[in-house]
Amino acid sequence: MPDQPLLDVRDLRVSFRTRRGSVTVVDDLSFSVSPGEILGVVGESGSGKSVSMLAVLRLLTSPNVTVEGEVRFRGRDLLTLPDKEMRAVRGREIAMVFQDPMTALTPVYTVGWQIAEQIRAHEKVSRKAAHARAVGLLSDVGIPDAASRANAYPHEFSGGMRQRAVIAMALSCGPALLIADEPTTALDVTVQAQILDLMRELNAQGSAVVLITHDMGVISQIADRVLVMYGGRAAEEGPRRAVFHGPRHPYTWGLLDSVPRVGGSRLRRLPTIAGMPVAPGSLPEGCAFAPRCRLRHERCEERPVLSIGSAGADVGSGADAHRDACWLPDDDRASLRLTSRSAATDVPDLEREATP
Amino acid sequence: MLRFIVKRFASALLVMFAISVLVFLIFFATPGVDPAARIAGRNADPATLAQVRHSFGLDRPMPIRYLLMMRHLLIDRDLESFVNRGSRVIPQIVQATPVTLSLVIGAALIWMAAGIIMGTAAAALRGKAADPLIMLVGVVGVSLPAYWLGEVVNLITQKQLHSSVFSWVPPPGYVDLSHDPGQWALHLLFPWLTLALLYAGIYARLLRGEVVSALNEDYVRTARAKGLSERRILIRHALRCSLIPIVSLFGLDFGALVGGAALLTEVVFGLPGIGKLTFDALQNLDLPVIMGTVLYAAFFVVLANALVDILYARLDPRARHA
Repeated sequence: MPDQPLLDVRDLRVSFRTRRGSVTVVDDLSFSVSPGEILGVVGESGSGKSVSMLAVLRLLTSPNVTVEGEVRFRGRDLLTLPDKEMRAVRGREIAMVFQDPMTALTPVYTVGWQIAEQIRAHEKVSRKAAHARAVGLLSDVGIPDAASRANAYPHEFSGGMRQRAVIAMALSCGPALLIADEPTTALDVTVQAQILDLMRELNAQGSAVVLITHDMGVISQIADRVLVMYGGRAAEEGPRRAVFHGPRHPYTWGLLDSVPRVGGSRLRRLPTIAGMPVAPGSLPEGCAFAPRCRLRHERCEERPVLSIGSAGADVGSGADAHRDACWLPDDDRASLRLTSRSAATDVPDLEREATP
Repeated sequence: MLRFIVKRFASALLVMFAISVLVFLIFFATPGVDPAARIAGRNADPATLAQVRHSFGLDRPMPIRYLLMMRHLLIDRDLESFVNRGSRVIPQIVQATPVTLSLVIGAALIWMAAGIIMGTAAAALRGKAADPLIMLVGVVGVSLPAYWLGEVVNLITQKQLHSSVFSWVPPPGYVDLSHDPGQWALHLLFPWLTLALLYAGIYARLLRGEVVSALNEDYVRTARAKGLSERRILIRHALRCSLIPIVSLFGLDFGALVGGAALLTEVVFGLPGIGKLTFDALQNLDLPVIMGTVLYAAFFVVLANALVDILYARLDPRARHA
């Protein structure tokens, strides 16, 4: 490994204190982001993707939250950093973009003012210079007539425009890492592509990106590496090509198979993942996915650890490693996937064939 | 923005007109009592009654009567109190207005400052011991009626401790601002505090709720992610957005108080303001005065509402297009 990871998260655990006791929503999550890399974090709602990223930036402010583990960013542990130093990291070294651009901006200030506010929070520049930079940033993210649009209020922007403005704000201090939490989910598909292009451009300028999404399509377009999360734990992690071409975890199979294909043969039924996403607080002792997995066996009572499989050509080491948390035998995952897929489409004929 | 202001005042004028018609109907068109007797007093002699009938056109059609009444009120300003014959209603109101304005503006400054500080502090300290403590002060303030609190204050400052701690407190009454600003403030100090305590409690509680919910908004999370300080987030973002509903409530309260709702405080502290005027008129069933003060109150409530809407548009850019 030539590069030290930019962000290195070890054994991150986030739990909420509730009336019915402590509920763990992120459980021993470890991942890292190298400089200049795009990490796609994917999983269903409630899989802990957003919460873990908020925990990294210490944006979980509720007194009922406990965050444990280690978040090393450029050598410092963010979880133990004094508040003042943490504020200097937020917005300047790590920026975050949230899902809903409609509510992400303060309604009573102009967009330009809000971007300038962030610049002035981190750099000693005049009001005027900060505003001029805000206009430049807005124009960089593709807002036409930026000089006058900077004086508009958030409600005068469309959703896509607002997300651009939020991204412009995130870029204002040239962050080394951008965490984007479902930045395209609330937007039209055409606007989505433009926002993804923007992320790619930013990445080309040297920032690393963590892109949280539940959309496998988005991940396949943009990510260098993929982290699949389920029930607050990592299910699979690896380079994009490896995860898309040789997915190893039954949950990843389910995610990939449930993406409808444009131009594909018409299916009688789209494959789905049976059951409901696991609720935090009722996580099983063993594998979190076991209750929904068609291939579960006795071993699944035991908790699998994220580890490199013993077989497969795509296995590398370090950041290139393809890891998964599953007890299935490594060598015949491909055929197991086929079996599980035909079961998922739930066509009675096939099911009869599969039953011995 | 200018168009908005013009439009808003035009609609305020319309509302004023509607209110004056309503007041007119209540006094002149409710069946049962001779309107002339309402204006001239129940024990007026027939000659006075006849004169009133003529000058208010009580034998003429309704619209004419309305115009005549408005003329007496606004142009000739010769509507007379029937309890004190010869004392005119409009000058009385004009004289009482600065007293009420002095009381209400002073109290409003105190209660807004106290309410905003208490509400914001409680929201910032939510979950800590200070929060319920501040809110308790608020509840106590809300629970003490002005007539009771005022009397207790008077009892303490004028009687019990007047010879020792509160010897500097002047006797109840009013000194004009232009006459002696120091005495003006000294005479109004306890009335201000009494009136402000009630509203400070209400505003602190309301603002606390607004700020707490604003702190859970996405834009506050964005502000944190930007690396802003907690204080800046609290004041520039959360409080700034929370002030919008507070301002609209303030306008209503302020208008009503200037319009005479500070009646109890004025009576208790012997301040000759609009409230006191209304109170005396009500006790004597002095209908011309009541009519005058009702219209005056309506005027201030409508004016305050218009001003609030304009201020609202300044505070909330989203309201400017509505």
